[in-house]
Amino acid sequence: MDVVAAPQKHTVVRRGPLRLLLSILRLGGIGVNARFWVSIGLLSAILIFGLLGPALLGKRDPLRIVGGLYDPPSSKVWLGTDNFGRDVFTQLMYGTRTSLTIGLIAGAIATGIGVAIGTLAGFRGGMVEEALMGFTNVVITIPSIVILILLSIAVQSRSILAMGLIIGITSWPWTARAVRAQTASLRAREHLDIARLSGAGTLSLILWDIIPYMFSYIFMAFVLQFASGILQEAALSLLGLGPSNTISLGIMLHWSLLWEAVRTGAWWAFFPPTVFLTVIAFALLLLQSSLDEIFNPRLRRK
Amino acid sequence: MQPILTVDRVHAVYRLPNGAEVHAVDGVSLSIAEGEILGIVGESGCGKSTLASVISLTARPPLYVSEGRLIFNGHSVPLTALDRVPNDWRGRVIALLPQGAMNSLNPTLRVRDFVVDVLRAHDHSIDRRIAIERARERLEQLSLPPRVLDSYPHQLSGGMKQRVVAVLSTILNPRVLIADEPTSALDVSSQRALVNLLLELLERQIIGSIMFISHDLPLLSNVADRIAVMYAGELVELGTTPQIVRAPQHPYTRALLQATLVPERTIRGRRIEGIPGQPPDLRQPPPGCRFHPRCPYALEQCRRERPPLETIEGRQVACWWVARQHRTVPSMEGLAP
Amino acid sequence: MTETLLEVEGLTRRFGSGRNVVTAVKDVSFTLARGEILAVVGESGSGKSTLARLILRLLPPTAGSIRFAGLGDITRLQGHKLRPFWQHVQAIFQDPFATFNQFFTVRRFLERSLGILDNPPEGREREEAISAALRAVGLEPSDVLMKWPHQLSGGQRQRLMIARALLLRPKLVIADEPTSMLDASLRVTVLNLLADLRREHEVSILFITHDLGQAFYLADRLLVMYRGEVVEHGPIEAVLSAPQHPYTQRLLADVPRLGSGRPKMTSPDRWAPRRVPAGE
Repeated sequence: MDVVAAPQKHTVVRRGPLRLLLSILRLGGIGVNARFWVSIGLLSAILIFGLLGPALLGKRDPLRIVGGLYDPPSSKVWLGTDNFGRDVFTQLMYGTRTSLTIGLIAGAIATGIGVAIGTLAGFRGGMVEEALMGFTNVVITIPSIVILILLSIAVQSRSILAMGLIIGITSWPWTARAVRAQTASLRAREHLDIARLSGAGTLSLILWDIIPYMFSYIFMAFVLQFASGILQEAALSLLGLGPSNTISLGIMLHWSLLWEAVRTGAWWAFFPPTVFLTVIAFALLLLQSSLDEIFNPRLRRK
Repeated sequence: MQPILTVDRVHAVYRLPNGAEVHAVDGVSLSIAEGEILGIVGESGCGKSTLASVISLTARPPLYVSEGRLIFNGHSVPLTALDRVPNDWRGRVIALLPQGAMNSLNPTLRVRDFVVDVLRAHDHSIDRRIAIERARERLEQLSLPPRVLDSYPHQLSGGMKQRVVAVLSTILNPRVLIADEPTSALDVSSQRALVNLLLELLERQIIGSIMFISHDLPLLSNVADRIAVMYAGELVELGTTPQIVRAPQHPYTRALLQATLVPERTIRGRRIEGIPGQPPDLRQPPPGCRFHPRCPYALEQCRRERPPLETIEGRQVACWWVARQHRTVPSMEGLAP
Repeated sequence: MTETLLEVEGLTRRFGSGRNVVTAVKDVSFTLARGEILAVVGESGSGKSTLARLILRLLPPTAGSIRFAGLGDITRLQGHKLRPFWQHVQAIFQDPFATFNQFFTVRRFLERSLGILDNPPEGREREEAISAALRAVGLEPSDVLMKWPHQLSGGQRQRLMIARALLLRPKLVIADEPTSMLDASLRVTVLNLLADLRREHEVSILFITHDLGQAFYLADRLLVMYRGEVVEHGPIEAVLSAPQHPYTQRLLADVPRLGSGRPKMTSPDRWAPRRVPAGE
């Protein structure tokens, strides 16, 4: 039956932003995706630890000195102290919070710029596309860590927001390229013709007729940028270019390496932040791959 | 005529993820004789394609057969347990020519590799050269160019692909070919070529009989010996082609014929009406006759009781109104639209 | 005939370049009068859908011109200059699933469509216009206005597209295979609505189809396309009773009519190789 068979190809794109949560809940309910729930569980635990932990456990100042150089874990300092005698456990909570915030800002900015450039290039085609994608390719070829280092040095006081911005504006090209390809594949769809015949302009077409159809895709790109933002922050902080007057997972690693925690066997100074970075990145990548399966049922395993 | 294949009281449901059941085929019985072409007509959602997958033993979840038997040459098997169907029935007794057959060819394989796969599925030891030779002979016999064996699917036109698939899916000489909308994606000229090919397969006795499923009543009326009309999962009328086309009884068959547009002067300058309303939701089919909400003749009885298939005017009809007409008016001649 | 609404002259569209160039539409010329229904018939790949998109100015032509009554030559217009043209020309496409933005309700879809008008109705006036258009195609406004496209059947969606045309009151509707994905019973209903559109509002219709039966039911004139070219053009009854071009003759011969069953067994030369047309 020709008519009945036709709608199948449209079921993938039917999920709107509003239905995103619903679809996730429903699909999770029938056990399609155990990985999805594992990643959500991990991320929730990390979020609670980073956001609510300090208040719940009454440990409020990560920079306060509570002991000596590399005190080992005890009942008072659960994960020992760092090179300045500060509580590692408290630092871990605040560092997680900072890293997540920077990742979130960087992911949002990279996704925003990438989607804007990608949709415009894919939708307009021709000269506009060549100019925009040429620019994107130039940005890709410059090693982002170099820009990051130069920008970080140029900016005097590096707040959390500034760090997020710096990472965000250097990491959008991949999103732009992926979004351009998606947009180009949507460009010929008939609902765009009807919208044109209804007098819709370029902005309206991109905003209402293209982006909603890619929402799941954009969301997945955002999750990836989020994860990579956290790792980039760690890399910068490790070099000593992290945010000022605060603590992040990368800054913890920076100090522990500088004060030779590895050689002195103070595992509590470098091991916890490493584990946290790994778990956060792992959980986000797991979330992304499980979402991919939810949004694209063809990838689902039997 | 002795039926070669009988389908007895098939009931098939789609189980949706949310637990709902769609009763796609509800108590359909049919039989087909040696050398016969049985047409099955109906609109989308009437269950004709579901019936095709059930009879061709290709029903897969979420489609489940909850009732029904298949009887071939006096040998009866339950359709509810496909593992009890003898293995050699697939391909040798029953073969399927599916709807989008032209897309069923693997684009990276040449047609001849496909032939080898088909034959190996039934005879593991068959030699590759022999398999290809058999396909070549068959194509030559049917005056199709044997060079298609060396082509990739994309090098063939849609019509040619469909003909090639028709030849290859009947290479084991099945007794019944289930053709599920084999022509619906083709242009009229390719449709005609495919129909001629199927007729030739039958007349050369390469296949025993054809169950031809289509939404296209004009096409079917030029091919089928008998036509079964399905509506909302049920069989509503079954008769010879002239009976169905020239003197339809069931109100749905009548409306379907009315709405058929052929390039003849008769449809010109005249307003033809479609069937009002829509087919029912098969998750909750209406009580009584499933056509009653759209039927201009619906009686009180139609809303409550399901009409049985009765033999009226030499064909089977499931309609209270027709049954009543037949009891009060002795002759039905001239009642056709 | 009454006044000419649309005049297409030597319209040509090529795709690709160099050795891969494909001429989808080749030197097509015709005129369409006000209130006339012209059917364009052809098989898949005949270029009839490309022709529709060219005339709608959704695709730029390679050569030729399109003239529209009151607007003159609109072949080279770009961007917002096409607004006045689209105020008079609207479309109904083949796939009722793909033409709707899945993220818009029926209400939003219709309201957005009004954006093409210079002075769209507002408030109560708009509500009434929308309700009237929906009722005219047999849809109950309170049932459908808040629905999403996937909650409507294929037939309801095509009726909604006709309601959209009614709402915008164009002078020309280009209907590209509007019924080919619908069942026979719904097909007639949609064709009847198109006939009403012409009868009640004097809308001209370019009806693109592969089905000669539907063309014969609805249209006044017929244009047969084969591999991008017009091979036959004339009043529909004349073309169908005495087709001139061999392609039209074959097309007409191959369309199944209501028959009385399988042809009787014939002589062996019945199975002589059928001449495969060049298009195969």
